[in-house]
Amino acid sequence: MEKVFGRPKGLTEVPFSFCPGCTHGIIMRLIGEVLEELDIIEDTIGVSPVGCAGFSQDFFTCDFVGGPHGRAQAIGTGIKRALPDKIVFTYQGDGDIAGIGTQHAIHTAARGERITSIMVNNAIYGMTGGQMAPTTLAGMKTSTSPHGRDLVINGHPIDLPKTIATLDGAVYVASVSADSPKNIIQAKKAIKKAFQVQQAGLGFSFVSVLSTCPTNWGLSPQDSLQWLRDNMMPVYKLGELKVTEEVKNL
Amino acid sequence: MAKVKILPEYCKSCRLCIEACPKGVLKIGDKANAKGYYTVIAADEEKCNGCTLCAIVCPDVAIEVYK
Repeated sequence: MEKVFGRPKGLTEVPFSFCPGCTHGIIMRLIGEVLEELDIIEDTIGVSPVGCAGFSQDFFTCDFVGGPHGRAQAIGTGIKRALPDKIVFTYQGDGDIAGIGTQHAIHTAARGERITSIMVNNAIYGMTGGQMAPTTLAGMKTSTSPHGRDLVINGHPIDLPKTIATLDGAVYVASVSADSPKNIIQAKKAIKKAFQVQQAGLGFSFVSVLSTCPTNWGLSPQDSLQWLRDNMMPVYKLGELKVTEEVKNL
Repeated sequence: MAKVKILPEYCKSCRLCIEACPKGVLKIGDKANAKGYYTVIAADEEKCNGCTLCAIVCPDVAIEVYK
């Protein structure tokens, strides 16, 4: 019998450190598969942030640099400008890229840096204990909004991919989800396209992946997926939000 | 003929694969791994058709599929 599914070469043998049922592992596997399929493991430098995504360097077989909270894209920019032949990607949570590093998210896209950013959106700060993030939904209960996010006091959630899609330097922006086999396959297509955009040197590529946090949401892994479908998907619309003509012709 | 292989050292018993399997091949076993998780086993192995849905949803790459 032939192996039709197994660990991709883009991942190390180290077991993921995430909680049971956390979809971080699915998204990392997709990136690992894309690195292998595009044969770019040796040419890729990843940048990890702070948070659960900050463990990335242990799990990928490509080179990695660890960054301060929210600053992964600034480091990625420096690496790409110094080593333009390398493939550079950042792997960041929503609290990191849409909260602490918002200015980098906006300006990296505006400058059209030829890097790829993957955002893992679970609508909270996961590692630090489930605090409210800029992506937390209206009315959503977190450890720092125990009565639910109040839009009058806390403001509205940020739909980062939608914002990034309005900037001219971003050439490929997609919003995908890791909740079901169908959506996981779609997510992989988007991540692969984002790396291909960078290989072609077209501009900034960005993929936001809706993810779960069973531990901090206080739900089972299966119920978390349903919660994501019922509550996050209506707010953070899935699909390719921006595909320029050049990207279409790839 | 298809075969699903669970890697117990990676499995965290989250049950996502059990819910994803359309044939009801998988269930939680009675043996714990080094981390204390009762890992998934292929209880009805002969029913497996190698669709890989369990492996696609596994967050810990703990499933290998052979065909």
